[in-house]
Amino acid sequence: MIDTLLHVVLVLAMPPLLLGVIGKTKAAFAGRVGAPFLQPYYDLSRLMRKGVVISDTTTWIFRAGPAVTLAATLFAALLVPLGKHAAPVSFEGDMILFAYLFALGRFFTTVAALDTGSSFEGMGAAREVTFSCLAEPALFFALITLTRLSGTMSLTPMLNHVTSPVWLAAGASLILLLAGLFVVLLAENCRIPFDDPNTHLELTMIHEVMVLDHSGPYFGCILYGAALKLYLLGALFVNIAVPFASGNTLVDWALFALSMLVLAVAIGVVESVMARLRLIRVPQLLVAAMILTAFSLVLVVR
Amino acid sequence: MFFDMLRDPAVLVLCAITLAGCSGFPGLLLRHGPLGQRVASAAALLSSLIALPSLIYLLFWRQTSSFTLDWNLPFGPCEIALDPLSAFFLIPIFLVFPAGSLYALGYWPAVSRSTSERSVTFFYGLLACAMALVVVARNGALFMIAWEVMALSGYFLLVAEHAEEEVRGAGTVYLVASHLGAAALMVLFSTLLLSTGAFQFPAACSLQLSAGLSALVFCAALAGFGSKAGLMPLHIWLPSAHANAPSHVSAILSGVMLKVGIYGILRVISFFPHPPLWWGALLTAAGLTSALMGICIASAQKDIKRLLAYSSIENLGIICTGIGVYLLAAASGNRLLAYLGLAAALFHVLNHAIFKPLLFFSAGSVIHAAGTRELDRMGGLAKRMPKTAFLSLCGAVAICGLPPFNGFASEMLLYLGFFGEAQAGAPYLALGAPVLALVGGVAVISFVKLYGIAFLGAPRTEGSAQSHEAPFSMLAPMGLLALLAMLGGLFPQLFLALVNPALAALAGPGADAVALPIAPVWFAVAGGCLLLLSVALFLFLKGRSKAVSAATGPTWGCGYLRPAASIQYTGSSFGALFGSLAAPVIRTRIWAGKVTGVAPAATKLSYTPEETVLQRILLPAISIIGVGFAFVRRLQHGEVHVYILYIFATLLLLMLWVH
Repeated sequence: MIDTLLHVVLVLAMPPLLLGVIGKTKAAFAGRVGAPFLQPYYDLSRLMRKGVVISDTTTWIFRAGPAVTLAATLFAALLVPLGKHAAPVSFEGDMILFAYLFALGRFFTTVAALDTGSSFEGMGAAREVTFSCLAEPALFFALITLTRLSGTMSLTPMLNHVTSPVWLAAGASLILLLAGLFVVLLAENCRIPFDDPNTHLELTMIHEVMVLDHSGPYFGCILYGAALKLYLLGALFVNIAVPFASGNTLVDWALFALSMLVLAVAIGVVESVMARLRLIRVPQLLVAAMILTAFSLVLVVR
Repeated sequence: MFFDMLRDPAVLVLCAITLAGCSGFPGLLLRHGPLGQRVASAAALLSSLIALPSLIYLLFWRQTSSFTLDWNLPFGPCEIALDPLSAFFLIPIFLVFPAGSLYALGYWPAVSRSTSERSVTFFYGLLACAMALVVVARNGALFMIAWEVMALSGYFLLVAEHAEEEVRGAGTVYLVASHLGAAALMVLFSTLLLSTGAFQFPAACSLQLSAGLSALVFCAALAGFGSKAGLMPLHIWLPSAHANAPSHVSAILSGVMLKVGIYGILRVISFFPHPPLWWGALLTAAGLTSALMGICIASAQKDIKRLLAYSSIENLGIICTGIGVYLLAAASGNRLLAYLGLAAALFHVLNHAIFKPLLFFSAGSVIHAAGTRELDRMGGLAKRMPKTAFLSLCGAVAICGLPPFNGFASEMLLYLGFFGEAQAGAPYLALGAPVLALVGGVAVISFVKLYGIAFLGAPRTEGSAQSHEAPFSMLAPMGLLALLAMLGGLFPQLFLALVNPALAALAGPGADAVALPIAPVWFAVAGGCLLLLSVALFLFLKGRSKAVSAATGPTWGCGYLRPAASIQYTGSSFGALFGSLAAPVIRTRIWAGKVTGVAPAATKLSYTPEETVLQRILLPAISIIGVGFAFVRRLQHGEVHVYILYIFATLLLLMLWVH
């Protein structure tokens, strides 16, 4: 009970903090003070109170886009275990639903972008669907490897199965898998080196350019949804990367929250030391991620 | 006596089939006015009202009834039977046929289409009747007759607008491909005749043939039925045929006639007690290839109906993969996997027969409204036809296999099968999961493109700016299909209740008594939560934007002050990025004029996706064959008296052969 409650509270409250930590890390690398850790929360609350400008070209689909995307991400949040605890909703095959919920969100984000009739947003939508479709097989290869290791088709037992003995037995495979998942994590959340969440140079962007026309509460919804997506894929990563469990619930929750913050710092470091890739290199990196996860499968089969 | 017979649901189904076949007949006699078409639609609705409950009854009680027509034709008594497999495949026919008939009232009205309406209405009924006969026939000769009637009615329907050269070309390719397929079926039935001694179909699991002969039977069936089902590389006729037919015809060709090919493959497999492993491997490989290639090529199309046609190849590929997985599992004795594969295939047969007609209907409404088939000339239709836009959105989400619609449920079964194999000693089959994921990803590209470019944004041409909402007779069938798509996604157990009897008929009794790894209630929970959350968030955001100041204005042009509809992203540019990545599969011809000088003159850029197999391989090969057989043409010269001589000589030879 307490676990479910903590799960819901963390999922609702913690995602924007990750963005704050990433921002702070990047500021530290650049020698700046940077915005406070809680800046994303301030942004969200301000956006909820801000006025809305809606394009004349759009229909109800433009307004439904953020709602459906956030709804899909919120339901996906119930499927991922956080730390070594059980997720509130868990059944055989939930990982397929997990992947397809993101696809549903993507469908509605891109359709809403096309609804504005802006060529920039159309461009962003085309890039989003193309790159995500290349990231999908990598995720599925990783899921097959995990299914083979754990013998189950549900995220909770699958991820809770990854403990220290499993790491000792299949460490090489898990390292490849984590490398592939990290690339997917960066690509799906439009972080550097795939996309730069900070620029507003439309020609080079993917995610930010799709939401140029959303404003006020709608944009707040999108911002929160993006943070939540980062949080969920991050939780997937952390559950495999941190195989320890103390047995004490509260200690485990604290360990999980701490690992998520460390992951955010890691993403910040990657964003600080790397430049954004040229757009034509992005598919190559995604295919590399697919090959990494495919080899992780080969290593557990052999 | 007569009324007693009518209590038998199987007899009712046969009556419905006859009624469907005759539905267009009164229209042929009535010269003018819309009465004939209305009578045909009423007959179509009546036939499905009779047939569907009877079919569900037959499936539910797993009854098999057979009838023998003892006629004095040379191929012996002719048997018709309704087993659960036949009953299952009759459901899409009696679902799409009345829907298409109703849709035609608004789409192909007798008033404005007076030249072709009567023949289209007549052949529409005949096509439904012939497809139903193919499914119930148990005699090779009757099967071939019904098959030919089906193929020819399809031809006459698709050349309804034969004044256009493109339509005639598509018709010719269809006719040739269809008859090459029929030739393969001739080989199949001749082999069966030689080995069993009768045209009668052998009973299930009763055919004992040598390995070589069964391989011949299987390959002939795969070639003949596979070309009807549009499996790659036998798909060459499909895109142009489905694109050029009237939309309600495309809906039944794509939603139902392709499945008749799947039925044929399943029926032939059911003859054999132990299908060998390589059949399954071949079908799985062919299915996954078709699915991936089909959807990749679909993403590059700029003709809305051609895109839908290629996505049919993808969906039929998924169905075929399911059958292949079933055969592989049956040969290796894995009961759960066999169930998941076959149930996914059959479930997807129903699903595709729901969302593909829905999308073809919406394409028809769009073409009707915008006056073009080219995506790049549409845009902004959602403003002028909001109901069609909403129903099409349901279809587009369903066909991408996204929750909470039915496509997700059937793909989920296939995924569960693939993932279950991850723990096998050699998990080759698990590799199907990433392929299917990639197919799903490309499907999202294709349908975001179709939906976003056709319905959203600003109108790109005058035609799409003046579009209008479709009439009720066109919206009603679409609404029904969208509702079914949602129903199948939330309560897949309802559809599985229809699938299970057919599955037991194929895989042996008890094969459906397998516990699904996933409780069906989760589909309802996930879909229901998703719908409720979405609506709640939508209303919350609406309320919020009412509370704060809301304004409207032009789309943000990034500082550019004179945006026009023509600078929007087009369908071609949307698909170009993926097209460049998948260039070996998607061949396109891009012709661009040169831009020279300081103030360049107007220039053009054109983009055409290519039919690689047809244009690069088959047409050159056919023209070479044509040169080689030029001498045969001398037989056909138009001189009647020599033709009479041919007939006389043939008659003489036949008489000599008989004695």
